[in-house]
Amino acid sequence: MSLTLMTLLQQFVLMLAALALFLSFVLLAQPRLVAAIHVFAWQGALVAAVTLTVALAGDASHLYFSALLTLGLKALLIPWMLHRLARRLGLERHTETLARPTLVIMAAVILVIFSYWVVVPMVAQGLAFTRNIIAASLAVVLIGLLMMVFRQQAVAQVLGFMSMENGLFLAAVSATAGMPLVVELGVAFDVLVAMVLFGVFFFQIRESIDSLDVDRLNRLTETVEAEEGRRDAS
Amino acid sequence: MLTLLAPLIGGIALIMMRNLGPAGWVNLGVSALTLGGALWLAFLVAAHGTVEGAGFRVDAFNVYLVVLTAFVGLTTSIFSRPYMRHVCAQGRISAASLRIYHGMYQAFMLTMLVALTTDNLGVLWVAVEGATLATVLLVSLYRTPEAVEAAWKYFILCGVGIALALFGTVLTYFASQHVVQEADAGLTWSVLYAHAHALDPTVMRIAFVFLLVGYGTKVGLVPMHQWLPDAHSEGPTPMSAVLSGLLLNVALYAVIRLKMLVDGSLAETATPHLAGGLLMGFGLVSFVVAGLFLHRQRDIKRMFSYSSIEHMGLMTFAFGLGGPLATFGGLLHMLVHSLTKSAIFVTVGHATHIAGTQSIERIRGLIRTQPAVGWSLLIGVAAIAGFPPFGVFTSEFLLLTATMESYPWFSVVLLGGLVIAFAGLFRHLHPMVYGTAPEGQQPVQANMLPVLVHLGLVLWLGLAIPGFLAAWLDSATQLITGSHLL
Repeated sequence: MSLTLMTLLQQFVLMLAALALFLSFVLLAQPRLVAAIHVFAWQGALVAAVTLTVALAGDASHLYFSALLTLGLKALLIPWMLHRLARRLGLERHTETLARPTLVIMAAVILVIFSYWVVVPMVAQGLAFTRNIIAASLAVVLIGLLMMVFRQQAVAQVLGFMSMENGLFLAAVSATAGMPLVVELGVAFDVLVAMVLFGVFFFQIRESIDSLDVDRLNRLTETVEAEEGRRDAS
Repeated sequence: MLTLLAPLIGGIALIMMRNLGPAGWVNLGVSALTLGGALWLAFLVAAHGTVEGAGFRVDAFNVYLVVLTAFVGLTTSIFSRPYMRHVCAQGRISAASLRIYHGMYQAFMLTMLVALTTDNLGVLWVAVEGATLATVLLVSLYRTPEAVEAAWKYFILCGVGIALALFGTVLTYFASQHVVQEADAGLTWSVLYAHAHALDPTVMRIAFVFLLVGYGTKVGLVPMHQWLPDAHSEGPTPMSAVLSGLLLNVALYAVIRLKMLVDGSLAETATPHLAGGLLMGFGLVSFVVAGLFLHRQRDIKRMFSYSSIEHMGLMTFAFGLGGPLATFGGLLHMLVHSLTKSAIFVTVGHATHIAGTQSIERIRGLIRTQPAVGWSLLIGVAAIAGFPPFGVFTSEFLLLTATMESYPWFSVVLLGGLVIAFAGLFRHLHPMVYGTAPEGQQPVQANMLPVLVHLGLVLWLGLAIPGFLAAWLDSATQLITGSHLL
């Protein structure tokens, strides 16, 4: 796994991926919503930069297109939509501190170690570079998941979801030199539609529970007491 | 091939714009066209074997699911037209919501059919994710706090699950790049299957875990099943029918296709049955846990969604077991479960309109008030619980026989689980169907045609499986396991 065995290009891609992973940590701990959206945009830009680097290095011309797609979607369009939603929902100054920041960050560190552990059996491939990049993108995916678990605010959960997608794009681009174009377009389309639907849901949730604190969505459970309470209320 | 997709794409555009009067009929017509296309496709497959073209590939295995999907889609649209008009007349949803409903209904059918017919694992992922997106707005259609909560849970859980499946797909693509020369063919299932033995086993092993957790979330396997009862109970009833009858099948279809790849890749290693073992474990846990949860349900639609989890667990177990007999039983079970469960949900829809509630405790005396609904519910539940004259009995019997052959101890668990589930269903069913009807309970206008057709088919499958269908399922079994049963 020695760095000196890699080409300069691989080192550069790996550095960008590591930066994206670092931004995942920032995203996880950032209490201010608007700042978190900006962090997410930078992460998207990093993924686009990785795509561009791979495109410049190889002869895969469709990667230029997908770099442009990633930049447009992940670094510009989705952050802009989130920003607009935050404004319309009156959340510009919203802050949310994690209940146990140290514990959450520790959990994220453990996830990174876990990601490296998962890829250890891939030694047979003899590709230190690919192994590192898959571990880094898996860590981005898992930290996004962690963020969705620990953040109670709906917009922050969506940020976690979208940063998971960033990790997936990173893996697709750097480990495999890009998915076939049909698939990439389809995934981008799905992400975009999901974002629009998330926007619709923010308003539906606020309408129904008068807040965007998803922890208060707790009417549907298996316990008998909650059901009783629900019936009394209705 | 295009005959299948053209009516769907046309249908979406049409229904999004239409005014409300004829929309239900258009929905029905488009579904009928789809079924026509599916049958024609089935005829082509029967005549020429596998049909390929433009990134799609239809063989004996998926064509039977295509026909099933289109058929249940049609009968549910027959049911949904008066049902949704009733709901709209009650003022529970607005006219705009009804338009969303019809548009999304067709969008959902489209994604299901694309997922089934595509040959590309990436497109398969896109279509399954698309199915989530199409149905999530339908779950929250009633806009009650519970419905919004159910939809949010559905969205987040399935979104996360499916994201993990994409990671598994990326890993598969990574493994294929060392084997398949042209990059664009690297996710094509048929190419991968031909080269399955050469795919790197360590990568495929990691990939399969991600894929199983991802698509397993959609199948409703137990640790990841939390979204399913909520989405089924809070959405409109026609949605529950298609979610239970179709979406779960399509997700399981994806898992089986991937298992075929992984089995090929791991055949030479120390753990050739890893994928099957994982499926068996998840399947059995889902089967038993869902059976136990059946006992404590208070909402009728929740109860039947747990019954769906139970049956999906059983099918997952069957495909994990492998071997021609278990696979044949699993395929048959997919068919009869879809037919029976969608018939039950249609009947439940009428029953909740009669009683005006979904609470099991307040649904009473259905046979007195409206015999057609009461008897249908009774027969439907008898069928799903595996009573002898019905098709579910046949498939469960085949499955038990297969289990006895290879893992005799598991058949004890299976039998126990079946008894638990049976007791769970009937202890709730009995007072709902018999019992005294509350004062002033009125029958509703009910179209029982879909129920009759479905239950009739299930009965027919239980008494005698027609020759062409048996041959059909057999060639699907041959595709999956490599050997014939019949």
